[in-house]
Amino acid sequence: MTELICIVCPKGCHLKVDEENGYAVTGNSCEKGAAYGKKELTNPTRVVTSTVRVEGGEKRRVSVKTSSDIPKSKMLEAVSLLNAVTLTAPVHIGDLVLKNILDTGADFVATGTVEKE
Amino acid sequence: MKYDVIVIGGGPAGLAAAEEARKSGAEHVLILERDKVLGGILNQCIHNGFGLHYFKEELTGPEYAGRFIEMLEGTGIEVKLDTMVLHIENDRTVHAVNPTDGYMVLEATSIVLAMGCRERTRGAIAIPGERPSGIFTAGAAQRYVNIEGYMVGKRVVILGSGDIGLIMARRMTLEGAKVLACVELMPYSGGLNRNIVQCLHDFNIPLYLSHTVVDIKGKERLEQVTVAKVDENRRPIPGTEMVFDCDTLLLSVGLIPENELTREAGITMDPRTNGAVVFENMETFLPGVFACGNVVHVHDLVDYVTMESQRAGKAAAEYGKAGETPAGRILELQNGNGVSYTVPQRIRVEHMARTAEIFFRVRNIYRNVEIQITDGKTVLAHFAREHMAPGEMEKVVLPKVLAEKACGDALTVQIVEKEG
Repeated sequence: MTELICIVCPKGCHLKVDEENGYAVTGNSCEKGAAYGKKELTNPTRVVTSTVRVEGGEKRRVSVKTSSDIPKSKMLEAVSLLNAVTLTAPVHIGDLVLKNILDTGADFVATGTVEKE
Repeated sequence: MKYDVIVIGGGPAGLAAAEEARKSGAEHVLILERDKVLGGILNQCIHNGFGLHYFKEELTGPEYAGRFIEMLEGTGIEVKLDTMVLHIENDRTVHAVNPTDGYMVLEATSIVLAMGCRERTRGAIAIPGERPSGIFTAGAAQRYVNIEGYMVGKRVVILGSGDIGLIMARRMTLEGAKVLACVELMPYSGGLNRNIVQCLHDFNIPLYLSHTVVDIKGKERLEQVTVAKVDENRRPIPGTEMVFDCDTLLLSVGLIPENELTREAGITMDPRTNGAVVFENMETFLPGVFACGNVVHVHDLVDYVTMESQRAGKAAAEYGKAGETPAGRILELQNGNGVSYTVPQRIRVEHMARTAEIFFRVRNIYRNVEIQITDGKTVLAHFAREHMAPGEMEKVVLPKVLAEKACGDALTVQIVEKEG
């Protein structure tokens, strides 16, 4: 039995996950929590956010996120890939920044807007 | 021209209040914003986790703000950026200044205060030691890193475990810094549990509870901080010192509602929240002046700021149509056992909608307890909670039918251990 704090939403439910019983989750208040409990002990993943450089825009940087969650172990490597990326304004919310991060199938997409200067 | 509603502040609170005021029939709505862009602090909160309650999906800060900024289009809501409000008069005249319009005197039927909050600084908590560079509030560092694109340091200690400090622990780590420790004076964290997990545990950053910074060394740049354990009176215990070699100290030691305008206008304040005292519809004691978001009480979740601000915006529009709210019967909400404040602080029973939402914080960590609302004689409502913590704002919903039953003129919100 492992005790976890659910990170799916800010409520932070205190979960108990029974590894010996098919990763059955108790203490969750929604289905997403049950899924998180199981995943956290089998294949933990996170959505990762950072920023990238923008040229020719009203702002110097734009914020980005992974389009879906990626394995926890790849977080640092994923973010370091962004050091080599420079976008050119205009950039809009949802624009593709980096495709298929480390073969995870997730992309980095822009979460902010930078108009041309 | 007289505006129906002037909203002071274009962050999440101001945006939601303005849009809701417009939807509720206010024709001329104006947002006055100090920054050059709308969205407030959300612009630098690039992490995800916003919007789960309100939009039922997980957004980053800029995306959450972006949704509201987009919604402004076609509403006719007027926005003045780079505009500093200097003064509010009792007759709801607003004095403001900006580089294009110069000094303005604007009239409004109602005003919504949505100025947000600011960070406590080193001065406010009086940390001893030298005064080198490299000491930032967590939010200032967040702005440097996320907006300006400057890395603030390489070896970092964080004092305080508020959410911004936790978020910055992760952010600095992802950008290649080594975060040596997060140090918290209290025996519990001031941040959300999920942030302890995904910002500290994920990166093996130790959290030292009941510890504080007792010395700072560095000639030009910060070189060393000394951390010691504290006793139950929060006094450092000699002999427990740990020394960290670091170039950066981030402070995440609390937020203060920014109420200079409110105080100057003579609006009654609540020393528990450092915000204005408000009624059930977010109206302050100065009729026609409403307040919402972090300027009233510091929230953990922007979703709740949005919902609270929509109530304020709606009420501000209604004030324009219906005029002053007759007081009628007023219930004062009081702190009971374990409760540190409530918002609203007053409920006008006749003016209440079908229910009133009551927000509050607890003083301690509680497990398996009951929240009770009592008039001193009878418990009018009770709500079970498995877990409560000071870092997590609580909400209960009081139905009007129960409020009407109250004897006397005060309601107490209290925490009671469950029997058995």
